[in-house]
Amino acid sequence: MSQVDESGLSGQTPAEKPRHKPSRAPRTPMPERAAAVRRSDFEEVAFGYSAEQAQAEANRCLQCKNPTCEQGCPVNIRIKDFIAAIIDGEWTDGVEILKERNALPAVCGRVCPQEEQCEASCVLAKKGEPVAIGRLERFLGDHDLTCDLEHRCTPQIAEPSGKRCAVVGSGPAGLACAGELARLGHSVTVMESLHAPGGVLSYGIPEFRLPKAIVAAEIEMLEVMGVTIECDQVIGRIATVEDLMTEEGYDAVFIGSGAGLPVFLGIPGENLNGVYSANEFLTRVNLMRAYEFPTSDTPVWRGRKVAVVGGGNVAMDAARTALRLGAEEVFLAYRRTAEEMPARKEEVHHAIEEGVEFKMLCSPVEIRGRDGWVTGLVANRMELGEPDESGRRAPVCVMDADFEIECDTVISAVGTRANPLLHDAAPDLELNRRGYIVTDENGATNLPGVFAGGDIVTGAATVILAMGAGKKAAAGMHRWLTDA
Amino acid sequence: MFRIVHTRQISDAVFEMGVEAPRIARKAKAGQFLMVRVAEGGERIPLTFSDWSAEEDWIRFIYMRVGKTTHQLSHLSVGDELADVVGPLGTPTHVEGVGRVAVIGGGVGAAVAYPVARAMSAAGARVTVILGARNAELLVLEDELRALPGVTVNVVTDDGSAGEKGLVTAPLKRLCEAGALDHAFAVGPAIMMKFCAATTAEFGVPTTVSLNPIMVDGTGMCGACRVTIGDQIRFGCVDGPDFDGHLVNWEELMSRQRVYVDDERVADADYQRECSCHK
Ligand SMILES: Cc1cc2nc3c(=O)[nH]c(=O)nc-3n(C[C@H](O)[C@H](O)[C@H](O)COP(=O)(O)OP(=O)(O)OC[C@H]3O[C@@H](n4cnc5c(N)ncnc54)[C@H](O)[C@@H]3O)c2cc1C
Ligand SMILES: Cc1cc2nc3c(=O)[nH]c(=O)nc-3n(C[C@H](O)[C@H](O)[C@H](O)COP(=O)(O)OP(=O)(O)OC[C@H]3O[C@@H](n4cnc5c(N)ncnc54)[C@H](O)[C@@H]3O)c2cc1C
Ligand code: SF4
Ligand code: SF4
Ligand code: FES
Repeated sequence: MSQVDESGLSGQTPAEKPRHKPSRAPRTPMPERAAAVRRSDFEEVAFGYSAEQAQAEANRCLQCKNPTCEQGCPVNIRIKDFIAAIIDGEWTDGVEILKERNALPAVCGRVCPQEEQCEASCVLAKKGEPVAIGRLERFLGDHDLTCDLEHRCTPQIAEPSGKRCAVVGSGPAGLACAGELARLGHSVTVMESLHAPGGVLSYGIPEFRLPKAIVAAEIEMLEVMGVTIECDQVIGRIATVEDLMTEEGYDAVFIGSGAGLPVFLGIPGENLNGVYSANEFLTRVNLMRAYEFPTSDTPVWRGRKVAVVGGGNVAMDAARTALRLGAEEVFLAYRRTAEEMPARKEEVHHAIEEGVEFKMLCSPVEIRGRDGWVTGLVANRMELGEPDESGRRAPVCVMDADFEIECDTVISAVGTRANPLLHDAAPDLELNRRGYIVTDENGATNLPGVFAGGDIVTGAATVILAMGAGKKAAAGMHRWLTDA
Repeated sequence: MFRIVHTRQISDAVFEMGVEAPRIARKAKAGQFLMVRVAEGGERIPLTFSDWSAEEDWIRFIYMRVGKTTHQLSHLSVGDELADVVGPLGTPTHVEGVGRVAVIGGGVGAAVAYPVARAMSAAGARVTVILGARNAELLVLEDELRALPGVTVNVVTDDGSAGEKGLVTAPLKRLCEAGALDHAFAVGPAIMMKFCAATTAEFGVPTTVSLNPIMVDGTGMCGACRVTIGDQIRFGCVDGPDFDGHLVNWEELMSRQRVYVDDERVADADYQRECSCHK
């Protein structure tokens, strides 16, 4: 990155780089497949930037002396520097900078809520058009994945330490922890209860938003680094955490088991046929590939009129998946307004483009049915009242059972909790009131040598936060293993 | 991959299979189950342990050939491999201190009844097994059950081709009337379990049933297996499969078991067609 190319641009400190003239062009649009076409298949929505587009967008970056964008990234990626590498066309340098802090750039570039994180903190955000940091990150991540394995950017692996670590769960937290431990020279085995690794990246986030080939390629990289991944291992059933530390001789254990237990609405009619938790619906479609049924063996009920309850990423994914399975109408029922929806803005926008109908200020109270099958969703009309403890204005009911949405499928995407299997895995582990694991700032739990991170500590959060937690815990484990 | 080490055809549609799975064999307990996936692209189906050996590293299950996945299983032989076998799943059956117990196994439910009867008698219970099937052909594990020490076996068939003619609820009712029961354990088709529970309810005999809702992961993360027990929603795969038979909402369970019948017919028909092409 230190060499200067013909244009005279370099990734050096701003003082040495007076000739970078930021372009004042508007934000480079992401090339996407037309809504009318993409809403009936599972191929990825966005194509990704070409090299020219990436450089055009990178050129908009001011290369600030004080890059505020970096404070917005939970893992403090050196954003300014990787953008400089793109300006210079030094893709490999850029990938290296990303991978210092983030092992899965192709994933995060696609799924991070950038508009609340890095991009929200970009100085250009004030004028409404921040640098498209996520798209640039995806560009470099994809570039890396298109290289042969031996040309891909692999971290230097330290001398073998002779220590063995077990990682429970192969979601972003577990994968990031495993990668980091391997880099530090420890032998690592990841134990995953499902038949495929990746956690939510594999079973939750749909193919059209995060192709499974990308997840598989990132995981392959970890295997190249020496990480062993064992699927079909339900910790808590096949072995407890204590068994791992004693009988199986692991020196430290990381728990990254996620917040996988679906919460239901608790309203009448919830067990009618045609009512799904988003987890079941998405698992059938993504992990079990029900969209290829009967080529694949797992069926999914394909509703004609589908009502999805919720306003987060999970709700958007469920709604857009239902469209792709052939639903004529998909409604999204949310208690507050579009403003308050926790979903990524881009996904909300995509969902609207594809024809998902938003029913705002509506809170379901009953699912009606006939002969065991769903026929409709009855909802209260809400209004926004005073802000609650989360700072958002709380919805209050203004009209009881005001209307019924006619539908044959209801998908509930109203949240998840900690899986109770955790208690069987480690009965003495300290949990908080909501059933999540209590850790200190190094990811250490109350049990010696047992660390944790990701959704199982914070409750449902984001991919990048889970990865950050996995990495931090790996550092804590490393200290624990080497001090001992 | 999990290597198949044993196969046996028990009746026209009922088979036994053993696979090498040392880690699972060390932890298996009566009443627990496995999730099995035959090959890439395959469905995950739950099957109960019928037997296991921690010393010899194998586990066994008995299955009835009903649809695509169980058909595929029946076409495999020793030396072939299953893509995935996950377990032991579910909460083990409670076997301590049950006293005089009736274990009712209907159809392929006998596969579950067998290890439960064995564990209960080993724990000191006086076990009467009521083994039911539509006809003599479909009776499974009768010899194995009779060979268990201290276990009495009553056979009942719908058509009287073996044992008593009628339904399993008849001998169950007699045991209840004689005041000779402290507990009942029933496993089989939902309708059979429902009537067993109705029979014992009259006499206040506590009754455990092993439910078989449709499952996807079997680890508590999807809720496909939810059942209503009293006024609570419980997950069959982690809270069960055993529940208090007197509290189960049977109509809901039976309705939910039928969600995919049409789809499954398509999958199985496709598969049968393919099979016959290759023959
Ligand atoms: C549909 C959906 C869409 C989302 N979209 C986004 C998005 O766009 N952007 C974003 O940033 N975040 C998104 N999220 C949130 C994000 O995916 C999660 O915060 C993140 O995956 C948490 O990572 P994790 O590693 O803690 O847990 P998980 O990803 O849940 O992984 C946990 C893993 O542990 C395994 N496991 C559980 N128990 C055991 C056990 N006992 N033994 C062995 N293995 C076990 C599980 O099978 C799973 O594979 C989304 C979530 C969902 C469900
Ligand atoms: C806890 C539990 C333990 C079981 N133990 C046994 C056993 O020991 N031996 C045995 O023969 N059967 C057992 N079953 C039933 C067995 O899982 C089904 O027969 C099997 O899934 C059928 O698969 P298939 O593809 O061959 O048939 P399909 O054509 O897919 O289905 C036939 C019928 O099986 C049921 N079924 C289908 N898929 C599932 C699923 N994923 N989960 C549960 N039920 C399903 C449906 O009601 C369907 O009508 C058990 C079920 C549960 C829930
Ligand atoms: S990891 Fe996420 S938050 Fe951090 S820079 Fe990349 S896209 Fe932004
Ligand atoms: S804040 Fe925005 S303009 Fe400044 S360095 Fe970061 S991305 Fe570039
Ligand atoms: S089968 Fe998914 S939660 Fe029980």
